[in-house]
Amino acid sequence: MSDHITPASQRRRFLQAAGALVVCALAPTSVLADPAPAAGGKSAGKKPLLRPEELDSWIAITPDGRVIAYYGKVDLGQGLEVAIAQIVAEELDVGVDKVDVVMGNTSVCLNQGGASSALGVQAGARPLRNAAAEARRLLLDMASHKLGVAPDSLVVDDGRIAVRGVAAKSVSYADLVGGGYFNAQVEWNKQNGNQMNVSGKAKPKPPSEYKVVGKSVDRRDVAWKIFGTGGYVSDISVPNMLHGRVVRTPHAGSVPVKVDAASIKAFPGARVIHEKNFVAVVAEREWDAVSAARVLAVTWSEPTNPLPGADKLFDHIRAAKVVQRDEEAQKGDLAKAFSGEVRVVEAEFEWPFQSHASMGPACALVDATPGNARLWTGSQKPHHARDGVARILGLEPDQVHGIYVVGPGSYGRNDAGDAAIDAALLSKLTGRPVRVQGMRIDGTAWDPKAPASVHRARAAIDGAGHVVGYDFTSRGFSRADINSNESDPRHSLAGMELGMPLKPGQDFGIPAETYGFANKMLAWETIPPLLDRSSPLRTSHMRDPVGLQIQFASEQFIDELAIATGVDPVEFRLRNLTGERDRAVVKAAAEKAGWKAAPKSRATKGGGVLKGRGIAYAQRGGTVLAVVAEIDVEPESGRIWGRKFTVAHDCGLVVNPQGLRHTIEGGLVQGLSRALFEEVRFDTNMVTSVDWGSYPILEMSDAPETIDIVLIDRPEVAPTGAGEATCRVIPAALANAFFDATGVRLRRAPMTPENVKKALARSA
Amino acid sequence: MPTVKFNVDGKRVSIDASPDMPLLYALRDDLKLNNPKFGCGLGQCGACTVQLDGVPVRSCLLPVAAVEGKQVKTLRGLGTPEKPHPIQTAFVQEQVPQCGYCINGWVMTAAALLETNPKANDAQIREACAGLKCRCGAHVAILRAIKRAQTTVAQETT
Repeated sequence: MSDHITPASQRRRFLQAAGALVVCALAPTSVLADPAPAAGGKSAGKKPLLRPEELDSWIAITPDGRVIAYYGKVDLGQGLEVAIAQIVAEELDVGVDKVDVVMGNTSVCLNQGGASSALGVQAGARPLRNAAAEARRLLLDMASHKLGVAPDSLVVDDGRIAVRGVAAKSVSYADLVGGGYFNAQVEWNKQNGNQMNVSGKAKPKPPSEYKVVGKSVDRRDVAWKIFGTGGYVSDISVPNMLHGRVVRTPHAGSVPVKVDAASIKAFPGARVIHEKNFVAVVAEREWDAVSAARVLAVTWSEPTNPLPGADKLFDHIRAAKVVQRDEEAQKGDLAKAFSGEVRVVEAEFEWPFQSHASMGPACALVDATPGNARLWTGSQKPHHARDGVARILGLEPDQVHGIYVVGPGSYGRNDAGDAAIDAALLSKLTGRPVRVQGMRIDGTAWDPKAPASVHRARAAIDGAGHVVGYDFTSRGFSRADINSNESDPRHSLAGMELGMPLKPGQDFGIPAETYGFANKMLAWETIPPLLDRSSPLRTSHMRDPVGLQIQFASEQFIDELAIATGVDPVEFRLRNLTGERDRAVVKAAAEKAGWKAAPKSRATKGGGVLKGRGIAYAQRGGTVLAVVAEIDVEPESGRIWGRKFTVAHDCGLVVNPQGLRHTIEGGLVQGLSRALFEEVRFDTNMVTSVDWGSYPILEMSDAPETIDIVLIDRPEVAPTGAGEATCRVIPAALANAFFDATGVRLRRAPMTPENVKKALARSA
Repeated sequence: MPTVKFNVDGKRVSIDASPDMPLLYALRDDLKLNNPKFGCGLGQCGACTVQLDGVPVRSCLLPVAAVEGKQVKTLRGLGTPEKPHPIQTAFVQEQVPQCGYCINGWVMTAAALLETNPKANDAQIREACAGLKCRCGAHVAILRAIKRAQTTVAQETT
């Protein structure tokens, strides 16, 4: 994919990336230094305060003519960093290699909401695009004065401004402001987080003039990861640091009654930290902390068995009282539609709790002193983690410096938020810098979970075979039982263990589609958490929050309607979708996959491997996509292999095709893993999915053979998110392919061999 | 605490540690070799993989006392940007890792496979990667990279 990259440029990029991270990994104090250019430049002085309306909060020019873009979100490994560099380079007319992106450092980056809802480009790049355009306008203004010609007689090439046709008459960005500041204002829309935007007098370039945006440019974080020359959050150490391990109850809902400090006296320097219901061990050496936490004798309060057990989960959801119902989308008269001369088709679908199960348990390091603190975190929302740490320490947010360092993966509100608060509390209680890293159980059993749900769908079909009524309701645990960020410690385990008041939110979601059925309702209902405090099954956001759950049901049900009306599933979607882009992706995926129309399951009787193909489509936040899955089913073993996937993906303007393809592939495989394998198991007492053995995910043996991707580039449409769209349609595409192969519906996820064999046996 | 002497990435090292402490902690905490990662501590994910006398092993399970006198190779010892191992070149060219926390295990395992079975077919590659986890779903890119490295090595040896 990257044949055009020369070893020299690879190396340069690697050294840059490595350099940036080695600073973090080896000399944490030096990252406190403002990475803005040193004063002494052409308009030297003090850097204006970090405020959205200051251009210097977004863009800087260094003395050697490099550009720094300050980005208030973070790249989790899907290529946002280079995409932002491309967008800024484009507006400033400099080579993309000249743009460095500083991310998630709370002392120099504004709070753009962190990684959130796949908005990295869609929302996160907007203010940077506008700020870079404004910076270019100001630079041209300065050059105009210096060179004595009007700005429209000037041309810019790679950061050098010259009089058109007189190349010798020129001045560089570095000459003009290198090392100094613009001291200029941009207009701020007064929004924080994802919605933060600024604009200047300059108008950004029209896409037709793009030279860098739209090209495949390699990421900056690949080489150091492959050569092991950079550092992760778990690799950071500071002098005088203690290692901490938090000890959590073996029984959900139980609290520590007695902690026997003497039980760990064999471990040199290890001691117990016990504050209300929070129990931890700290030690000078990591292995001593691990070992002591393992043997620490804690008497826990009697188990209360607050959970229904995984086998009774869906009955529990069906019977639970509804806390909130929201009929988010409705049109026409549903009651009337169902009371006419119609055939009613109904189905119910079930999705279990799932774990973020990040590649490694989360790690954070906090160095708290009475007046200020530093936080190193892998949280995807470092500004929010900073706020949460400030709160638990009794400090103001600006007294805490939060530094994002890449962590062991993050796809939502995983355990990273808890690790940050744990480390802050331990640092406060010990007066020492404390590094906390979880054990595997903390990342799998104790992370906030993706909510489990039951989805009920029914449709009314008239005599002519048209769907005249459509009713879809999801019922599940709230996606906001705890907040999707850790800015308030009450949403962290430590905060709950300290007895902070709870503040659960109610939210779920509806299918994102444009089916034009005349009478239609899309609704959701939330139910109470199984255990309201310190629950291993508290629910929050996980990559594409509730998107997989909902679309697993809704896109399977659409297939059921196609079959019920005797129409091929692709044709059914093309007939009923009202969005032009929606129809375009369905058509593109089907064509690329060589889809042959069939209005029913093509299952054949007989042994051996069965083959099937299925389609699913959805929108997400403006992005539209369709996926055709081609699968092998082994009826004997119950194994499904997702052999080939064809994706048609439309997220508007494509910024970096190579990065986009990798993001789609990753989302697809992660969605495949969740669809086929992932289910949090629990008994009445505790979550029993505690590691990779009890919470298996996809391994190489089950990776697809082929992923074909059709990128539909729409330069005229502002880019929308790609990080969370693909995963949401994979489960239904697989289930629809399974129906094609076997004639049997798989209405319960995950589609494990066990569930597959049960479904086949039921239908036999 | 007993002293354990072994060789890491071509250098002799000596550490004082409880003999049951896993090699991973010796590498990360005592020797500041951070490329083997803590992923599970149970030998289930491979993030901690190093090569012991050329064979990929899980350093999170291996007691440090068991490597006395042996040769340990970490990712840093496999290749450098100036002198990359073919598997590293291929992983960079294919832009494989996303978060990258797992990638140490895949690179160390694939490098060993290139030695022991340079012409491994698709099924054999998948088999050799059994037990390795990647949460970002980079599996297809990993397969591409391993096959690319096989081609490179085959061309260099003919």
